[in-house]
Amino acid sequence: MADIVIVGAGPAGISAAETLCAKGLKPVLIDEGARAGGQGYRRPADNLALDMNRLMGSEAGKYAALHRRFEALRAKIDYRPRTLVWAIDGNQLHLLQDGRAATLAFDRLLIASGAMDRVAPLPGWTLPGVFTLGGAQVALKDQGCLIGSRVAFLGSSPLLALAAKQYRDMGADIAVIADTTPFAAKAAALPALLRAPRTLLRGISYMGASLRAGTQMLHGVTPVAVEGEVRVEALLLRDAQGRERRFACDAVALGYGLKPETQLADLAQAEFAYDPDFRLHLPKIDGLGRARPGLYLAGDGVRIGGADAAEASGALAAHAILTDLGQPQDIELVRRLARQVERLRAFQRGLARAFAWPAAQIAALPDSVMLCRCENVTIGDVRMAMAKELGPIEVNRVKAMTRCGMGRCQGRVCGPALQEIVAAGRDGASAGRLRGQAPVKPIALAAAGDPA
Amino acid sequence: MDAPKPQFRRVAARAGQPAMLSFDGTTIRATTGDSVLAALLESGALIRRLEFGAEPRAGFCLMGACQDCWVWSAEGGRFRACTTEVADGMVLSAEPQLLGGADG
Ligand SMILES: Cc1cc2nc3c(=O)[nH]c(=O)nc-3n(C[C@H](O)[C@H](O)[C@H](O)COP(=O)(O)OP(=O)(O)OC[C@H]3O[C@@H](n4cnc5c(N)ncnc54)[C@H](O)[C@@H]3O)c2cc1C
Ligand code: FES
Repeated sequence: MADIVIVGAGPAGISAAETLCAKGLKPVLIDEGARAGGQGYRRPADNLALDMNRLMGSEAGKYAALHRRFEALRAKIDYRPRTLVWAIDGNQLHLLQDGRAATLAFDRLLIASGAMDRVAPLPGWTLPGVFTLGGAQVALKDQGCLIGSRVAFLGSSPLLALAAKQYRDMGADIAVIADTTPFAAKAAALPALLRAPRTLLRGISYMGASLRAGTQMLHGVTPVAVEGEVRVEALLLRDAQGRERRFACDAVALGYGLKPETQLADLAQAEFAYDPDFRLHLPKIDGLGRARPGLYLAGDGVRIGGADAAEASGALAAHAILTDLGQPQDIELVRRLARQVERLRAFQRGLARAFAWPAAQIAALPDSVMLCRCENVTIGDVRMAMAKELGPIEVNRVKAMTRCGMGRCQGRVCGPALQEIVAAGRDGASAGRLRGQAPVKPIALAAAGDPA
Repeated sequence: MDAPKPQFRRVAARAGQPAMLSFDGTTIRATTGDSVLAALLESGALIRRLEFGAEPRAGFCLMGACQDCWVWSAEGGRFRACTTEVADGMVLSAEPQLLGGADG
C-alpha cells in the first residue's frame, strides 16, 4: 500500500485524511501543533473558560463540526501531533518530535501548511505591543488574553473588522480600525465579491458591527509610525484627506491579509509562478491540487481561500491521490468540489483587490525603518546594497549581501516587504522569489545531526 | 526596570495548577497551560535582547513563525516562548549569559 503523508491538521489536512480514510487508506497526518484544527479553527486549551460559540459567531457550527469529525477520525489514521517537518529531501521528510529527530519516507505527499499574516513594516513596529492580526486572535483563543487594553487595528484586510469585533466582545477598547486601501477600491472590487455572497455578507456584518459600536473605521490611510518609549503608546496615521491623526493605544494588530506558508512546497520542488493579484510567488498546481507527480498542495498553504475553500481543496487533493492510485472516483462529486474551490478562491482574488497589499506605500518608506526583525536590517541597508549592484538585482542577491531574509524566520515576516523595496515601484515579479531553505523553522542543532 | 504595566490582559480564566517561574531573576506566577510568552507579558515582563541593542521585544506573530520571542532556559537550550507551555520551576532569561551561575 502506498504511504501517504499529509502535513498540516487544519481543515484542509483533516478533510483530506477523512476522504482517504473513507476509501480504506491510512494516511499519516503530521502537525507541529499539540491540538488539531489549524489556524482559523484553532482549538482553545481545554482549561480555558472561553465561550467559543460567542467568539466564532456564525462559524461556530463549522468549528464544532470539524473538531467532531477529527475526533471520529483520530484512531483510524496515524496522527502525529507536536511534530515539525523541517526539511524534505527526495521522498523523505525530516521530522522533529519532542526534541527528537526522525525521518519518514513517503510515496505521496500532501502539504496543507496553512497561512500566516502578511505584514508591512512601519516606523516603530518592533516596539513591544505590536503584534500580527492573526497573533491577536491566537492570544485570545490560545491564551484567553487580549494583546492590550486599547488596541488599534492597522492593515488592509476584512479580518481587521472581524478581529476588532472579537476583541470588543471580550472587553477591549478599539482605538481605530485603519485600512490602507481607499474606499473607492473596495467598491470597485464588489462585482468579484458577489461570487460568494455569504462570505461577503459576513464581512459586511463585521464592518456594520464596528460602525454600530461607534468604532472609528478609516479607509485609505497612510501609516506614519507606532509611537512609544518602551512599548506602544500611540498609532500615528495620515487619513485619506492627508490629515495627521494620532490614536492613543497600548497595542497594535497589524495585518495585510494572509500569505501561504510555501516553504515546504518549495523544498518538495514545486514550481512557482508570480501572481499579480496577490503580488506573491505561488506554487503552480492543476485543478485538483497536483504540483508534480506525487506532490499535492491544498488549503491556504497554496492559495488563500479561507476555511471553506481549505476544506474543499483538501478533499479534492485526496481525490487526486485516489485517482492517481487508480481508484475509481465519483466524477460528479469531484467536479462539484473543484467548482466550489474555484469559486471561493476567486472571491479571495476579489478581496485581494478590495484589501490591497500597499506596494507603493512600502516602496516609499524611509531608509530608517527596520525591515528585518531577525537580523536588524533597515530599508536603507537594502537600498544601499541595491545601489552597489550595477545591473538589475533580485531578492536572493540582496539577502546574501545584507542578511535580510536570512534570519531565523527565513523571511516569513520581511519577505513580502523586501520584495517591494527591491521592486522599487516596479512589478513585484521583477524582484524575484526568495528561495526556501531547510530547516524551515529553527531547530536545535543537535537534532539536525550536522550544522544547519 | 520595565514599567510593570502588563502588555497582555487576561479575559478568560484558566483552570489549572499554579506554576511559578523565574525570568531574569523575577518571579512570575502562571497557570499550567499558559504559554511562556503569555505568562511573561501578563506579568509586565518584556524580552530585552542585547543583540538588538537592548531594545525590548515581546514577540510578534504569537504563532511560532517569526522567532521574535526566543528565551533561554537554565538547562542551556533556547526556545520559542509563544509555543512553549510553562512548567513549574522554570528558570529563564532573555540572554543566555544572564543566567549566571544557574547552570543546570
Ligand atoms: C493566525 C490566523 C488566524 C486566522 N483566523 C481565522 C478566522 O478567525 N476565521 C477564518 O475564517 N479564517 C481565519 N484564518 C484563515 C485560515 O488560514 C483558514 O481559516 C484555515 O485555517 C485554513 O486551513 P488550512 O487547513 O489550509 O490551514 P491551517 O488551518 O492553517 O492548518 C495548517 C496546519 O499546518 C501545520 N503546519 C504548517 N507547517 C508545518 C510544518 N512544517 N510541520 C508540521 N506542521 C506544519 C500548522 O501547525 C497548522 O496546524 C486565520 C489564519 C491565521 C494564520
Ligand atoms: S512570537 Fe513569533 S515565534 Fe513566537
